[in-house]
Amino acid sequence: MSEENEPITRIITPVHVEYTYTPGVASERFLRGVREGKLLGGACDACGRVYVPSRGACPRCAAPTSEFRELSDKGTVITFCVVRVPAENIDVELPYCTASILLDGADISFTGLIQGCPFEEVRIGMRVQAVWKPEAEWDFSIGNIQHFEPNSEADVPFEDIKEYS
Amino acid sequence: MRDVAVIAYAQTPNVRTERTRNEVEMLMPIIDEVVQKSGVPRQEIGFTCSGSSDYIAGQCFSFVMAVDAVGAWPPIMESHVEMDGAWALYEAWIKIQCGEVDSALVFSFGRSSMGETAETLTLQTDPYTMAPLGPDAISMAALQARSGLDAGVFSERDMAEVAARSRRDALSNPEAQLAGEFDPEALLKSPYLVSPLRAHDCPPISDGAAAMVIAADDTARNACDKPVWIRGIDHRLETHQLGSRDLARSPSTALAGEKAGVGQGKVDIAELHAPFSHQELILKQALGLDDDVRINPSGGALAANPIMSAGLARIGEASRQIAGGAAQRAVAHATSGPCLQQNLVCVLEG
Repeated sequence: MSEENEPITRIITPVHVEYTYTPGVASERFLRGVREGKLLGGACDACGRVYVPSRGACPRCAAPTSEFRELSDKGTVITFCVVRVPAENIDVELPYCTASILLDGADISFTGLIQGCPFEEVRIGMRVQAVWKPEAEWDFSIGNIQHFEPNSEADVPFEDIKEYS
Repeated sequence: MRDVAVIAYAQTPNVRTERTRNEVEMLMPIIDEVVQKSGVPRQEIGFTCSGSSDYIAGQCFSFVMAVDAVGAWPPIMESHVEMDGAWALYEAWIKIQCGEVDSALVFSFGRSSMGETAETLTLQTDPYTMAPLGPDAISMAALQARSGLDAGVFSERDMAEVAARSRRDALSNPEAQLAGEFDPEALLKSPYLVSPLRAHDCPPISDGAAAMVIAADDTARNACDKPVWIRGIDHRLETHQLGSRDLARSPSTALAGEKAGVGQGKVDIAELHAPFSHQELILKQALGLDDDVRINPSGGALAANPIMSAGLARIGEASRQIAGGAAQRAVAHATSGPCLQQNLVCVLEG
């Protein structure tokens, strides 16, 4: 087959779009908190549930989350998975363990990496604590938390966290 | 067919840049407002449908996050169109016609200020042969204006008069963004932005959101003193290829208007989604609107153009005119795609 009869199987048409993103009132409060090493949750005006990070609304009540509360950087593993598959734009060495962590005082789980123990030991109900980057490196980024690691507290019974699982 | 009515409408003030609030924070007050105004308890609204674009938000799945503003607990029946909210209304209307639900919440939002809107809109063109050339939205609209001028469909003076009238009418719309008294003669002395378009022929960049509740039959009658009935609604699409279209005319609008029943009665007002001045003139002709029809009393998209929300806003503004007693029968129109590629026409009656 001559070249002109070859099917065209691929073309590349680069796209470049720039945005100036503004995160909104609630997300900005969260990011300013994290810059100072604090995890701020937003409490629903109607039901009192605490979301972290809050986008400004309680997704159950559609009410504002006006009050901000500083939460602990300790929490409980709600669920987890060990990732052994590479993905683009993810700058973490394989394999790694990612987990949904319910911070103390929050009503919604928060995503973090688990390190500091063999993956076989990670379990639902395990207590963990945030490990922060050195303070000099803190930015307006959730990346200020390097990972979570187990602390020595006793596991939380599943009954106590099943609402969040 | 079931009788379906707009029973509540609200929108945010349109602004050049919404610096403080995110989409959820913009939507929450107006969704709360329409639900309260509708008289239908929140838990009884059968369906929720939104219109927006991740390309405008600069964020993937931005529409999923927006559901936080609705209160999706217990879980709700929900859908989204990556289009103007007018098409979300169409989906909700179909859902009601199918008898699945009796009422629906429709909303839309666009923070156009976050990206380079004219360039972002290039990405809705054919990705193989057109988008790589980089035609921005203003340049494409200019091609259309040139086509209409050369065909003798309208003049630059006509375009300036549309712009002046729109911005004057916007003076009485507190939610409009660009309002003022302008003399068409003076406007015509300003330089071209992208020939033959001058700055006044182009829409402002706007951040805004809109929300609406619609309901059928007795649900509407019982909840609302002045339901605004959707007597007809239809939408039609033209080809992607600008070169294959007669840009000086809008056959898709004409057909949608015919199917929606525009000509079956006297039209008091029309809210036409014409982001560029010449597009109003093309739409007016396609819909066969007489000179005595009051066009865009809200100021239209030349006064506020939140991308993905400005079309739903036309239907909302027209419904307000009827609910407020200023009109008995109105035509509302929404557009999508470059140069009026896709058009939705809706006939509303008190």
